[in-house]
Amino acid sequence: MKRVLTLAAGAVLILTACDRHSGPGTAADAPYASRYQALPAEPTILRGATVLTGNGEKIDNADIVMRDGRIVAVGEGLDSTGLTVIEANGKWITPGIIDVHSHLGVYASPGVQAHSDGNEMSAPVTAEVWAEHSVWPQDPGFVTALAGGVTSLQILPGSANLIGGRSVTLKNVPGRSVQAMKFPGAPYGLKMACGENPKRVYGAGKGVAPGTRMGNVAGYRSAWIAAADYRDKMAAAVKGQGEAPMRNLQLETLVGVLEGEILVHNHCYRADEMAVMFDIAKEFGYRISAFHHAVEAYKIPDLLAANDTCAAVWADWWGFKMEAYDGIRENAAIVDRAGACAVIHSDDEIGIQRLNQEAAKIMGAAARVGIDVPPERAIQWITKNAARMLGIDASVGTLEAGKMADLTVWDGNPFSVYTSVERVYIDGALAFDRHDPSVNPITDFSLGTQAINGGAE
Amino acid sequence: MIFRTFVAVVLLVSSATLVNAQTIAITGATVHTVGPDGTLENATVLLRDGVIVSVGSNIDVPPGAERIDASGKIITPGLISPAGQLGLVEVSAVSGSVDYIQRGDRFSAGFDVADAYNPRSTLIAVNRSEGVTRALITPRASSPDDSGNASHVLSGLASVVQLGTDGAPIVKRGAVVLVSLGETGSELAAGSRAAAVLILRAALDDAIDYGRNKAAYERGDWREYSISHTDLNALQSVVNGVTPLLIDVNRASDIEAVLRLAAEYDIEVIIIGGSEAWMLAGALAAANVPVILDAANNLPGNFDRINARLESGAILAQAGVEIAFGGGSATQTHNARNITQAAGIAVANGLSWDGALAAITLNPARMFGIDDVSGSIEPGKDADIVIWGADPLELTSYPEQVFIRGNAVDMRNRQTMLRDRYLDSSADKPPAFRH
Repeated sequence: MKRVLTLAAGAVLILTACDRHSGPGTAADAPYASRYQALPAEPTILRGATVLTGNGEKIDNADIVMRDGRIVAVGEGLDSTGLTVIEANGKWITPGIIDVHSHLGVYASPGVQAHSDGNEMSAPVTAEVWAEHSVWPQDPGFVTALAGGVTSLQILPGSANLIGGRSVTLKNVPGRSVQAMKFPGAPYGLKMACGENPKRVYGAGKGVAPGTRMGNVAGYRSAWIAAADYRDKMAAAVKGQGEAPMRNLQLETLVGVLEGEILVHNHCYRADEMAVMFDIAKEFGYRISAFHHAVEAYKIPDLLAANDTCAAVWADWWGFKMEAYDGIRENAAIVDRAGACAVIHSDDEIGIQRLNQEAAKIMGAAARVGIDVPPERAIQWITKNAARMLGIDASVGTLEAGKMADLTVWDGNPFSVYTSVERVYIDGALAFDRHDPSVNPITDFSLGTQAINGGAE
Repeated sequence: MIFRTFVAVVLLVSSATLVNAQTIAITGATVHTVGPDGTLENATVLLRDGVIVSVGSNIDVPPGAERIDASGKIITPGLISPAGQLGLVEVSAVSGSVDYIQRGDRFSAGFDVADAYNPRSTLIAVNRSEGVTRALITPRASSPDDSGNASHVLSGLASVVQLGTDGAPIVKRGAVVLVSLGETGSELAAGSRAAAVLILRAALDDAIDYGRNKAAYERGDWREYSISHTDLNALQSVVNGVTPLLIDVNRASDIEAVLRLAAEYDIEVIIIGGSEAWMLAGALAAANVPVILDAANNLPGNFDRINARLESGAILAQAGVEIAFGGGSATQTHNARNITQAAGIAVANGLSWDGALAAITLNPARMFGIDDVSGSIEPGKDADIVIWGADPLELTSYPEQVFIRGNAVDMRNRQTMLRDRYLDSSADKPPAFRH
């Protein structure tokens, strides 16, 4: 649901003025803009597959036509004239998998201290940092995620801070720089964190607030008060009422949230804390795009639905800390059943390779209590709903004409443990082929390792 | 189909000593025995007094036996978690609930976590209802704290527990001794993996010497040792070649060092982790060294795991190495239940289905020396049995009933209670009033 922005003329000017900082920029030469270039592609038809469109449909014996990086048609018996034909009988095709919560690149493999670039643990509010400035595109995890069918992913700062900084959404095509991977036109996100992490990292040990959950809440509110003040002073200056304050990176990002340009991604486990976060959003007039690690989302599906906020969850991580003690496998299914937006995320370089399997475990658990989640619905948890919470659903997340041709070809039902990703197309180009290693990327770090060469000594 | 007769003597003893003899016949299922009988269709499993009496297609069900119709179902042995800390932790980040770590190195091989085991932990019911019937519970190495105190390279004793509610929970105390080498060992040994090997050697040398000179040592008439009296005693069965060292190690060169050491001391070893073990598959098979793998591990988490790959299980099994799954934290402790997923991932990467099932049942039982009572569905073994609605390695499958030592376990747990409380959203009272 698009937020309606009612802005005074002056505010519009401000928005435009800072758009080149808070938005991705459309011109290729804008600072920090996406310089993503799709891989070379040829017009292709995939024929005779079982297709899960991401729109809730399952189409048997379907064809998909891709041209110029876009999906041209999905349906039965499509014309293959002039197209490269790929027979996909017995295969299943889904939209490319989207992981809404990854730290690839910012906590790259190998996980050495020198690669620990995800948490700016120097102050509880670091809205001024951008995850993209930590992303190492040579992380081998991008390649293994690709082999798991992941075509887009959001890289977030860590959760040490109340407000951890900007996220970035990437196309999973390893490049030489992060700019070469940035998803064209994707909005930025802002990472916020509830609960145990910020109060553990700060507090008594560091002599800096917060040290409690109430300290956390005071911290968010203070930050939003400063942001609203900055926004108002900027607006006043445009009207000639007072001098514009010096540009402030931290407040600029927070204003981006208040203006609806930047989406809030809020790490929050407990149901009661999510309920409080909704009140903070109400107080300052912003929307929470999603709660991440929402282990207790199943306790408040009605609140999530009413606020149009997604719950991004694991299938079954639990008990690693107190706020994760009430985790249950049916979580996403209960959220979904209530009409709220359920998403499965990884937060993990191994888990990102099998988001389909995480969804499958939830399907099984749900079936036990009579909640039937067919494949055409479960796939939405890792495609359509994920695209929606990242604000890229106009471009990806479903297989329909006009959208980016990001899709994953599986050698069977993606919700079987025995199924593997066979091919991955990104913008209509073949980016991964399980049976043709010459197609597949190898990051610099992995060159020369035995795992790549294959075969036992 | 082979019909196996239970040893008559044992039957006589059972009926003589147990008044409330309970006999259960589970009929009609496809039974993956993971034993010599292989897979049996439309078979009957007969249990009495917690023990498997017989399994086969032509079993006479004794009158009075409780019959369970499992037609169309699948039966496997109970799953065995080969690593982790079930019963030694409630919440990982709540230190008061954590008992698998000893800060500092006051004790090494003798640190025995079995004395902290809590069979009433909520984790146990969660994993039991998903088919895990036994588990190895291990201590864990403790990295240097702010004062530089690390645990010893030898972390301590690991034990096998049964997850049922009847009988003694510890079924094999001190089944293995956990050792950390490689990068973790280096950290514990103040900076070099060579120092970690040296510390292990010193401990083994001391244990051998102690074994030969006990009397003099007890008199105070002998040299000092690098480890305590308790630890020396714990290592006696290791240096005598009975109790294996469970060695947490990943890099191929470190595994080669382990193989050299095992040969030199003539001791039993099991590798856990083993990211690069596949590169030494032939040598491991020749030395009869089993490997407990993390089936999903395919990224270089550190420089010890540069060559990690998903085909490890298939390559090792093909070479004749005995493997188990559950070597990674994602398939241990809170989520020990996910060893079925690990096994399925290995199948997707080339391992046989039967080999994968054995890797979560019989193989770990053999590694820890409990295969006389568990790991397969064979007459005489404890009746740890799982009835599944469908393929147990599939992600959407789940146990319909779990038996541990012949007892049908309560399939409820704290998670099913939370689920049931919040499934019904129509109630007019808050959740706290619904139970």
